[in-house]
Formats: sequence, C-alpha cells, structure tokens
Amino acid sequence: MKPFTYERASTPAQAAAAVARQAGAKFIAGGTNLLDLMKLQIETPSHLVDVNGLGLDKIEPTADGGLRIGALVRNTDLAADERVRRDYAVLSRAVLAGASGQLRNKATTAGNLLQRTRCSYFYDTNQPCNKRKPGSGCSAIGGYSRQLAVIGTSPACIATYPGDMAVAMRVLDATIETVRPDGHARTIPIADFHKLPDGTPQVENALEPGELITGVALPAPVGGTHVYRKVRDRASYAFALVSVAAIVQKDGSGRVALGGVAPKPWRSADAEAELPGGAKAVTGRLLAGAQPTAENAFKLTLAERTLAAVLSQARA
Amino acid sequence: MKFDKPATTNPIDQLRIVGKPTRRIDGGLKTTGTAPYAYERHDAVKNPAYGVIVGSAIAKGRIVSMDQAAASASPGVLAIVTSRNAGKLGKGEKNTAKLLGGPEIDHYHQAVAIVVAETFEQARDAAMLLRIGYETQEGRFDLAAAKDAAPLTRKTEQTGPPLSKVGDFDAAFAAAPVQIDATYTTPDQSHSMMEPHATIAAWHGEQLTLWTSNQMIAWGVGDVAKTLGIAKKNVRLVSPFIGGGFGGKLFVRSDELMAALAAKAVGRPVKVALARPMIPNNTTHRPATIQRIRIGTDKNGRITAIAHESWSGNLPGGEPETAVNQTRLLYAGANRLSSMRLAELDLPEGNAMRAPGEASGMMALEIAIDEAAEKAGIDPVEFRILNDTQVDPEKPERPFSQRQLVKCLRLGAQRFGWNKRNPKPAQLRDGQWLVGLGMAAAFRNNLLTKSAARVKLDRHGIVTVETDMTDIGTGSYTIIAQTAAETMGVTLDRVVVHLGDSDFPVSSGSGGQFGANNSTSGVYAACMKLREAIAKKAGIAPADARFADGRVSAGARAMSLAEAAGANGLVAEDGIEYGKLDKTYQ
Repeated sequence: MKPFTYERASTPAQAAAAVARQAGAKFIAGGTNLLDLMKLQIETPSHLVDVNGLGLDKIEPTADGGLRIGALVRNTDLAADERVRRDYAVLSRAVLAGASGQLRNKATTAGNLLQRTRCSYFYDTNQPCNKRKPGSGCSAIGGYSRQLAVIGTSPACIATYPGDMAVAMRVLDATIETVRPDGHARTIPIADFHKLPDGTPQVENALEPGELITGVALPAPVGGTHVYRKVRDRASYAFALVSVAAIVQKDGSGRVALGGVAPKPWRSADAEAELPGGAKAVTGRLLAGAQPTAENAFKLTLAERTLAAVLSQARA
Repeated sequence: MKFDKPATTNPIDQLRIVGKPTRRIDGGLKTTGTAPYAYERHDAVKNPAYGVIVGSAIAKGRIVSMDQAAASASPGVLAIVTSRNAGKLGKGEKNTAKLLGGPEIDHYHQAVAIVVAETFEQARDAAMLLRIGYETQEGRFDLAAAKDAAPLTRKTEQTGPPLSKVGDFDAAFAAAPVQIDATYTTPDQSHSMMEPHATIAAWHGEQLTLWTSNQMIAWGVGDVAKTLGIAKKNVRLVSPFIGGGFGGKLFVRSDELMAALAAKAVGRPVKVALARPMIPNNTTHRPATIQRIRIGTDKNGRITAIAHESWSGNLPGGEPETAVNQTRLLYAGANRLSSMRLAELDLPEGNAMRAPGEASGMMALEIAIDEAAEKAGIDPVEFRILNDTQVDPEKPERPFSQRQLVKCLRLGAQRFGWNKRNPKPAQLRDGQWLVGLGMAAAFRNNLLTKSAARVKLDRHGIVTVETDMTDIGTGSYTIIAQTAAETMGVTLDRVVVHLGDSDFPVSSGSGGQFGANNSTSGVYAACMKLREAIAKKAGIAPADARFADGRVSAGARAMSLAEAAGANGLVAEDGIEYGKLDKTYQ
C-alpha cells in the first residue's frame, strides 16, 4: 500500500471539489474493494476523501412514485428495505446474491456500482493488463478466461463488470445521481453509466474527475414477477459466470438483463421483444455478435438455459 | 511396544472414555481466540521484525538482474535476503523444488527474496520496490500435451509399483460382453487452509527456534537442518496449534526457511506469513490427472477385466498423483492392469493434498463402476456386492484382515431407503431442485508408522502427555487425552496434553490419515509403561494391577495415583512399532 493522505468531507460538493483538486485522489466509502486493491498496489491513490459522513444513507420516496437510494446506503440495508423487497424484489435478491454478510454490511450502493473487475490478470501485478496499466497488453486474451466477458469486449480487454446489484438496477431503469466538483448535479441513466472498453479499458464509467455519486433513483414500480438468478462455480461467495435479472409480466412481456457476460450489465430492447418466444430467442438476440473465447463459449448456452429456468420460474 | 500380532482385549477396550462423545479439550481456546497460532506468538517472541516474501514473476527461466536500491532505501527496511546473500543452501528431503529460487527459477511464485522491515506494511511496500529482471524460458504447463510422451513413474514406497498386471487384461476385456471405456480428468487443486503458512524464527547463538504451522515436526526439523546445513540438535520446531493443514503443511515451506534466513540477517526474530495469493503457487498442490478406466464384465455383471491408467505431472524429481492404487484393491476381477505415468511439467510442486491419489482416483473409479453397473443392467449397490473381494485381488494369498464393505453397502442401502429409489434420473422434483439418490464406495489404506510419547504423573495425580504429534483441527488433543485417561484410569480433567514441539518424543505426525491411530497407539504404549512404574511403587504385580478412579489396585491393596507418584513424580516414555502384519494382511 502506498502512503496516502486522508480527509473527511462534510458536503457532497466539498468532497467532489477535494477529489478534483488533487491528482490521484479518490473517494472512499465502504472500502471493501478499494482497500484490497490498495494493498496489492493495483490502486495507488495519493489522497483519500472519506464520504461516509455525508448523510447520503437514506432510502426515500420520490415525487414520481419511485425510490431514491442514497449513495451510502449499505448493501445489507438496501436488500432488507421493505419497499425494495416489495416493489423492486429483483434488486433485493441481486444484492443478497453477492459477497458475504460482512461485506454487505460495509459496502455501499455507490461503491458497488464502481467495483472493479475480478479478472485474475487485473489482480496479478506480474502480468500485463491494459486496465491496470494502459498499453501493457491483455493477458486474458489467450489466457485463462473462463470467468470473462463474451460480448462488449475489445482487443484491449475482455474483463467483465463483476457485480450483481447493477444488473438488477439495469432492468429497473435506474438513474445515477451525481454532483460535480463545481457543485452542479446531473443524472446519468444506468444504461449509459458503465463504459465498454474499446481502446481505453481503464475508463470504466461516465463519471468525470471528482464527480461524486449521491444516489440512485428508481422509477415507479412496474409490478411483475422479479427474479435474480446467479450461476457460479461455488454456491456462495463467488462472482457470476452468468446471472439473469428479470421482471416478467403476466402477459409474457418483461425485461431481462445479464450479468457476468460483458463489461457492463447487458440488456437490449430488441431482445426483450422476443420474450414471448422464449429464452433462446431472447439470448440469441441479446448475445448476437458475441466473441467468446474457447474457455468461455459455454456462457452463451449457460445464459440461454439460465434465462429458460428464470422464465419457467417466473411463469410457474 | 511392538505390535506384531493381531490385538486381543487390552485396557483401551474398556471404552469408558474412548469412543464416548466429549467436548474438545482445545475447544475453549479456539472459540475464544486464545489458541496461540504461529504468527501470534507474542508470548514467546518480543520485538519481531516482519518479513514479506517475494515470489518469482515468471514460471521458468532465470533472474538476470535485481535492483534493490529503492527497496533498501524504503522506510523501516532492515534487510533483503536473496539467493545471492543467503549463503549455501541445501534442499529438504521432502522438497521437490528449492524453497529459495534464483538465479534459476523452477516455478511461478517460487520465493526469490524476503524483505524485512520494522512493520509488516513497510516490508510489503518495500517488497514491491524490488526491480527484478528475468529471462524467461519456454515452459511445459499442459498435462494433456505432455501425456503421450510421459514415462512410467519410478517406484517408491509411497507410490507403489508404476505398472501392475494380473492375467491378460487385453484379451479378457476384448472378450467381455459388457464393456465401458471412459476417460476422466481432474484439475490442479490447491489447499487454502484458514491459517496461511506462517513462521516466527529466532536465533540464540547457533540455536534456531521456529514457531510455525507444520504437520510433521520431526520431518520439519530434519529438512530445516538439511536446507540450512546445520545440526538437527540446533533446530527446534514448535507448532502446538495449526489452522488447517490438508497435506499442504507436511513439509518445510518458504515461510520457515525465509524467516530463519531473515532472522539471521537482522539478528532479531522475524515473522512471516504467506499472503493468500501466494499460497497456490508458492506451496504445494494436488496435481491434475487424466485417467482412463476400462471395465469388462460377463453377462451376469461379474468383472472379468479392469484397467485404470493415470497420468499426472510434476517438476523433475517429483512424484505422481497415485490415482490407481484403490483400483488395485477395491473390486474383484481376474484380469487387471494399472499404471501411473508422470510427465515433467514446470508448474509448481505437486504433492500430498487430502487423501493424495485416492481423492482423484476414487472419483474416477466409482463413476466408472456406476457406468459399468448401468451397462450391465444391475443396481449399483448390487453390482458392488457382486464384485466384492475378501483378498487382495492382485495377490489372492493375502487376505484383508477385516473388510466390511458389503455390510456397509447393505446397511447404507437400508438406512437411505435405497429400495425406494427410482433409478431413472430426473424423476423426482422438490421445488426448483431435481432430487436423486446415488452412492459410491470409498476406502483408504490403514497406514502404520512408528509413534512415541512421554507420559508424566505428578504428585497431584495429574497425567501429562508430551509428544510431537500435531493437531491440525482434527482433534488430536482430545483423542490423546481420552487414550491416556482410559489407560490410566483417570477422568479427562486429570489429563494435560502438550503437542507439536520437537523437544517431545517423535510421533507419527498428522498426515495420510495415519495420525489418530498411530499417535494414540504411541500414547497407549507410553501409558502402559507408566502403569508398570506405578504398580511397582504400589507393590503390585503389573499384570494384576487395575487402574480405575484415579487409583491402582489389586485385590484389597490399593493406592491413589498421586501417592504412587510421590513428591518427584513418575515419567515413562515409549512408542508403538509394528511388525509385518500389514504385509501378511491387506
């Protein structure tokens, strides 16, 4: 771990300004991902701005009948919230499918959105990795890639976005609320929040330098049956090979997003239009153009079968 | 005590304490976090420095440069030890690869340096500042690619014969009306026990003490001495509590060696723990296997031909994963073939992990047996009963001393409601789960090895056992206490057990499933010797002496153990040794 300086911020705008002011500064909230990466010197911030005291830890109704989740709401509290469990059950289930009880107690909503890939080459500092060290090369291409992405990849990077929570937020059409260093707020639809790697895999999201997530807004509930199904190599405490977040309506229509297959939660409207036609039709469209490796091509079949299981569960 | 003929009834068979459920005597310490593990021996060592091991960044090749300037200048750094300044080192009897690499590199994450500093964080930071230049060489990492050229392994006591043939397998298999021919693979597997490999090392003159986490104390003393080129009497290993071993701590590993070298370099105790990401490749692991099994049966389902061929890989000089050894003994069949072939690979050292050989081999064998049963149209339990053997199938003149597989199978079938099973898969649904019932047999040999202990009786009637046996979470403390309590006729609370110290008599250690039977036998032997001394003090002929309720008695004559011990106490030391029973019997 590199030595760093530390301060506690008292308002979101002040926090954003503090990070923007100093090159190499980062926010810290739960720290469940950042501290691990700092110990391995994959992250080497020179300055940490602690945002835990900003009071962004409430879940409140919005004017349009939705829910606003504060950036600092802990994963445990989010998953346990009665309104979330009742109206956005896919989100509660997705959060509970991730990490462990101890980690969820500490991890925050905003931090979860920003968690970094678990590609083993990103973690092994002996190996080249374009995400960790831009321009050094991608060891995963031609390497051990069982866990990695099959779509949305680039010749520079085939890492996945590893989380569960954001996959559920994607089917819920969540909006990320932020404040910029100049104090101005803006909103970013979750579809636009995570970035595909292209030639710059180190750029993982739409946030500008110093921009701070203050909350996540969920639109009014859409009803339906909510399912989150995660398939992984261990029954717990493992990242998804494939996960499916789905909201299925009685008439057979619905929404579907996939986790574990791409650098971001993977969803498309034209694939969802195929829902009445069944899982194969949906994943055929959703994963069209996929470029899996020999080691992870199974994810295409696994995604289809997982979705089939989700649909039969939702319609049972 | 020599154990060279089948046992008859003896004092351990009273089963007043042995065989009865009891709380673990170390349970309180472990559940309150007060069991002292190697990295936490603050009681034994004051003011340790911290060492962080640097692993090789390449899998095969050599170090061509090492720039230590930035690391040495980093705050708190006391020393950096590499192969350049470590002095001449040997290699442990039980190690395949050198524990300190450089300039030649044998495998990924082989230790190449230890950085020692005042704090752990300073050592870790400085370790990342070492600039090491490598020249990589082409390595061999793919078992499947190396398989066809892999020769038969050499024969060792551990592995058994590399090739074993009985009858004419090829002809019998070709003639069998029912045949299966299947290939199974298992991946490389890594132990990742809760307590990582960890050591505190301290030198007092020529005397080296290692507070460490090691399953086999005497092996450890021998290999530390051999690697450092010092006398065994100058090495003490202390390992009273071990947070999991699984075979990964059978051997001296880099934490022990590097801590010893570092402590010497800085003239002060040094503590070292392997970081979790280092464990899979710095230590040993269970190697991958490729296994081909062929089984032929007659039309009634009797096995007439059985072959099990296995391939695994290891560094030069390493041993195979002995995946075929159970197949040599578990089922009948007149025509047999088994072989183990070993490819040289440049992966980290393959070695013992949780029932080495058996875990990989039984899986393949039992799947093949199920497949053969299915093909023969016979229930899998019945198929196994039909093919039971009461003798070593390769040496029919050698009977099993006791074999109860058929009884196990029948009892298991009854208890699990096997007769209600629907043999067709995927017929029973419980919510989102398809529920089915399957079975497998398993066995492992009873391994015999010498084991000794010292037993003391003090003037309060307390029995203290000392042996270098280890407790890797398996309950050694408790079963040894039970053995001593039963044999000495005292309650469990009158027994104290000290383990895991090379100052104590050499035991079997913990490994290969041989720990419980051998170490308790050694304690039993020492207790029987102590009984003789006690009887003598009480004026009772040892053969007549009865030990119960904290007293020794014969007829009307009785004396409390406390009184018999007297002011100076009594001490006895003995061990168990074996004759050739395991050669006569399977």
